[in-house]
Formats: sequence, C-alpha cells, structure tokens
Amino acid sequence: MSDSMNAPHPIRDTSGDQTMTQAPATETPVRAQVRDLKFWYGKFQALNGVSMPIYDRKVTAIIGPSGCGKSTLLRCFNRIHDLYPGSRYNGEINLAPEGVNLVDKGIDPILVRLLVGMVFQKPNPFPKSIFENVAAGLYVRGIRNRTEVEGRVEEALTQAALWNEVKDRLSKPAFELSGGQQQRLCIARALAPKPKLLLLDEPTSALDPIATAKIEELMDSLVKDVTILIVTHNLSQAARISKYTAFMHMGDLIEFAETEQLFTNPAVSRTQDYVTGRFG
Amino acid sequence: MLFACAALSVAITAAIVWVLVSESWMFFSQIPLVTFLTDTQWTPVFTNARYGILPLLTATLWAAGIAMAVATPLGLVLSIYLSEFAGPRVREILKPILEMLAAVPTVVFGYFALLFLTPLAKQFIPGLSGFNLLVPGFVLGIMILPYVVTISEDAMRAVPMTLREGAFALGMSRWRTAFSVVIPGAFSGVTAAYLLAFSRAVGETMIVAIAAGQNPNLTGDPREGAATITAYIVQMSLGDLPHGTLAYSTIFATGLVLFVITLGFNVLGFVLRRKFREAY
Ligand SMILES: Nc1ncnc2c1ncn2[C@@H]1O[C@H](COP(=O)(O)OP(=O)(O)O)[C@@H](O)[C@H]1O
Ligand SMILES: [Mg+2]
Repeated sequence: MSDSMNAPHPIRDTSGDQTMTQAPATETPVRAQVRDLKFWYGKFQALNGVSMPIYDRKVTAIIGPSGCGKSTLLRCFNRIHDLYPGSRYNGEINLAPEGVNLVDKGIDPILVRLLVGMVFQKPNPFPKSIFENVAAGLYVRGIRNRTEVEGRVEEALTQAALWNEVKDRLSKPAFELSGGQQQRLCIARALAPKPKLLLLDEPTSALDPIATAKIEELMDSLVKDVTILIVTHNLSQAARISKYTAFMHMGDLIEFAETEQLFTNPAVSRTQDYVTGRFG
Repeated sequence: MLFACAALSVAITAAIVWVLVSESWMFFSQIPLVTFLTDTQWTPVFTNARYGILPLLTATLWAAGIAMAVATPLGLVLSIYLSEFAGPRVREILKPILEMLAAVPTVVFGYFALLFLTPLAKQFIPGLSGFNLLVPGFVLGIMILPYVVTISEDAMRAVPMTLREGAFALGMSRWRTAFSVVIPGAFSGVTAAYLLAFSRAVGETMIVAIAAGQNPNLTGDPREGAATITAYIVQMSLGDLPHGTLAYSTIFATGLVLFVITLGFNVLGFVLRRKFREAY
C-alpha cells in the first residue's frame, strides 16, 4: 500500500499537502479517526491497516471494487462483526470528542451501537408494523413515553421522506411497503434514536432510480445533523453525494481525499485507473 | 407418482372420516347431541348408562393443558437458546438428545409417570392420587417438547441473518433480538409448532391411559385421576364389546370428538399461517 500511496502522480497538484490520511488544513472537525485498523474473518485478513479521518457532519463515501473490504470496514464502526465468532479487530477507531476506541475489546458493542445507526444493502424491516419498526430503537433506549415516541417516529419518517406516504397506515405491516419505501423506513428506523454516526452499506443498490434519487436527496438534508459514512460501488453516486471519498483495494485504503480531488485529480495511479473505469 | 401418493392420503383420510362419522351415526341417532355435550356423567357400560362427554373432555384438556404449560415456556427458552445462543457444538449435542426423547416409546413415559414420578411427587404435593392428571400432564409436556423445539427452532433459524443484524445495529441484546425480531419473524412456524404439539398432547394415548387412570371423572382438581378420551378409547377397544351395540359406537363418537379437536387446531394453524405469512 505504502509504495503506491507515496508514488508521485503525473497530474498531482503540487500545492497539495503530502498526507492523504489526515485532515486537510480546514477547520472541519473530525468525528472519528481510524488508525491502522486491521480486521480478520477467522484466519482471513480483510483489512490490512486502514487509517483515515471521518469528518463531522459530512458524507464520506467508501468506494472500491467488489470484495475490497468496504463493507468490512463499515461494519467495524458498529461492531456488527461481533455477532460472528472468529471476528478479530486490531487498531483504532477513535471517536472525538468522546475519546473512546470503538473497536477496543473492553468497549461494550451495545454501547457503540447506541451511538451509531446503520442501513443495510437490502431493506430489512422487522416483521412488525411501520410504526413499531421506527419505534424499535427508541424502546431499546428506554424511551417509552407515548407522545415522545410518536413525535420521534413522525420526525424520523419525515426526515426519511416517507411520512406523507405512510401516515395513514402506520399500523400496517412494514412488509406491505415497496422496496424503496422499505429502505426509507429502515433509514427512519436508524434515524429515530438520533445517532451520531450513520452507516449506509450500498443503500440504493436494490432500488430503482427514482427511489435512489429520493435517498440521495435525503442524505443531503440529513448531513446537517449527522455524520454519514456510505459504501457505494456506484461512482457517480459517490461523486454526487459525498464530500470525502476513500478508495479501497484488496483490504488496503489506497487513497483518501476530498471527493472532487479524488475523482478529478487523484494522487495515486490506481485510484485514477479505478475512477476512470480502467479496472474494477 | 406424487399425485398417486397425495390421492392415496386424501382417500385414506376420507375413509377414516367416513368410518368415524358413519359409526357415530348410530350413537347420535340414539343419544341427542345436547345430552352428549352437556351431561356430566360418562357411564356407557352401566345399567343406567349416561353419555356425557364432559368428564372425558375435561380430563383431556387438563392433561393437554398441563402439558402445554410445561412445554410452552421450556420449548420457547430451549428453541431460543438453540437458535440464537448455542454454538454449533452445543447444538450438535443437544439436538440428538432431544430427538432421543422423541424416540422414547410413550408406554415407557406412562410407566415412568405412574411408577416413578407420581410416588416422588406425592411427597411434595399433598392429596395427589396414585392416578392423577398432574403427573401424566407434566410427562406429556416433556414428551411433546422435542416437537415444539425442533419445529420452532427451524422456524427461528429460517429468519434471515440480515434481520438480526438490523436489530443488533439498533443496540438490541441477543434476548431482545430473539423476542422482538426473531420470534415475530418466525411467528407462523412457532405457532404451528405449538398447535401441532397441542394436537399431539390431545391425541396421546398411552401416558394418560397408564398414569391418569381409567375412571371417567369430571373434576377441577388435577391431583385426581380421570380418564381422557384416548384412555377411554383404549380401554373400550381392548374390551370385548360386541360390534353394533351402543357402547361399541361410543368409541367412534368419542373418536370423532378427538378428530374434531385436532382438526380444529390444524385449521387454526393454517389460518394463522395465512394471516401472518412472512415474506422475506
Ligand atoms: N463472513 C466472512 N467470512 C470470511 N470472509 C469474508 C466474510 N465476509 C467477507 N469476507 C471477505 O472479505 C473480503 C471483503 O469483503 P467485503 O467487505 O464484503 O467486500 P465489499 O463490501 O468491498 O464488496 C472479501 O474477500 C470477502 O470474500
Ligand atoms: Mg459490500
């Protein structure tokens, strides 16, 4: 990884600074700093030491060819890997300002998940009503007051641009919604507890263009309040919605930069090859 | 071939129903249905014979009810444990043990209840008769446990992992995930397991015939012995009642009641299944 990262690039902007894995000289605060993060599925190492900042209330996209470790990286942020025996983390994801390392063995994964929301590739609504789906995360956090729950369910559904479509059938099973609606429901479910960090793993890959556009718009408005980390294999989507982009390849972070720079003027030739469609 | 099998099983079922109905016809042509359903005494071989199904029916429901009271919580905990907590190794040990339990001849369970458990239970439960409903009900519960656990565990394991991930990502614990996502997701299968188990408990013969006694007894006290419908049928079938007598036809009349109950539960299961069909 290091050789290609430091390799000079023919069209590299000479005024840019040398380090790609640290904050550029702006005042944007960092919400989490990933440091030398490694991950193993049993004996197989899927992340080989990833370091990158996650900027507060910005959209950061993770791109790269299939199987490069995008989901693996994302799923470290809420320790969902802990569900499966044989998972092993090494390194750090340090939350700022809390100053805790999310992947530290001593940190209870449930506490991590109370801070972090996640939306999956395939909509996975619970076998419950629309209302109960959105309220589920509130109940987990001990929020049971009826008016508060109702208020936050409405708020989350509104944020997810679903309220108008479902307000008259909140008690209907979530399975009755269309795929795009289900995915927005899952977004509302993740938003209702007001997470600090929202993880999205290819949230639009199973959706049609109209539903996709809705969800992209949604992220644009959400990012005022929440830090968003999104995995996508759709490059134009990354270019449209993200402020920063991380490009991964075979478990390595190849390049991290502002999205515009990564797409127009990448520092590493492999990034160039990938974003111009020459491989992957 | 498949069609032939299906046709054969339909034909056999139809034949059974026909025999049951036609043989009971003679009974109901002499004993009014209202008497049969409301009379509180069942003494078909006495000189002043009475034909009230209630004593047999209540004994049946007592035994099956006690069995369900044992099998429901145990079965739920065990199937949740097996599907959500146990590693593959524990499962490999526990499941064969459960299957062995299902392979024990019910005669053995019956004598175990009568000769071992009842004397033991007598020391703790004052007023427990040698023949009683409590102990065979309990043993019946143990007997149906493997059915409950195997079917509901299968249903729970069929709930997709993505649903569990969604629950964990919201910060739910394993137990909470099991109760608020996995069980609702496996609702039809779990319900089917309990309905089937109840049918089996109602239809089970040897345990109650051996350990609950053969004396029709309308009672509200499960410490007393009482003949169930199945115990009565066994008793009568083993006797040498001449074919064509009213006493002989009671076998079919009571058999018909048994059939109606189990059919009712199967239909209920079917309806529930239709209503709550899970779509993944
Ligand atoms: N549960 C798992 N067990 C073992 N290997 C896995 C598992 N999940 C993913 N992998 C492997 O880890 C690598 C990265 O996978 P993933 O993060 O899902 O890739 P991406 O999301 O970028 O397509 C792949 O080589 C994949 O085969
Ligand atoms: Mg992936």
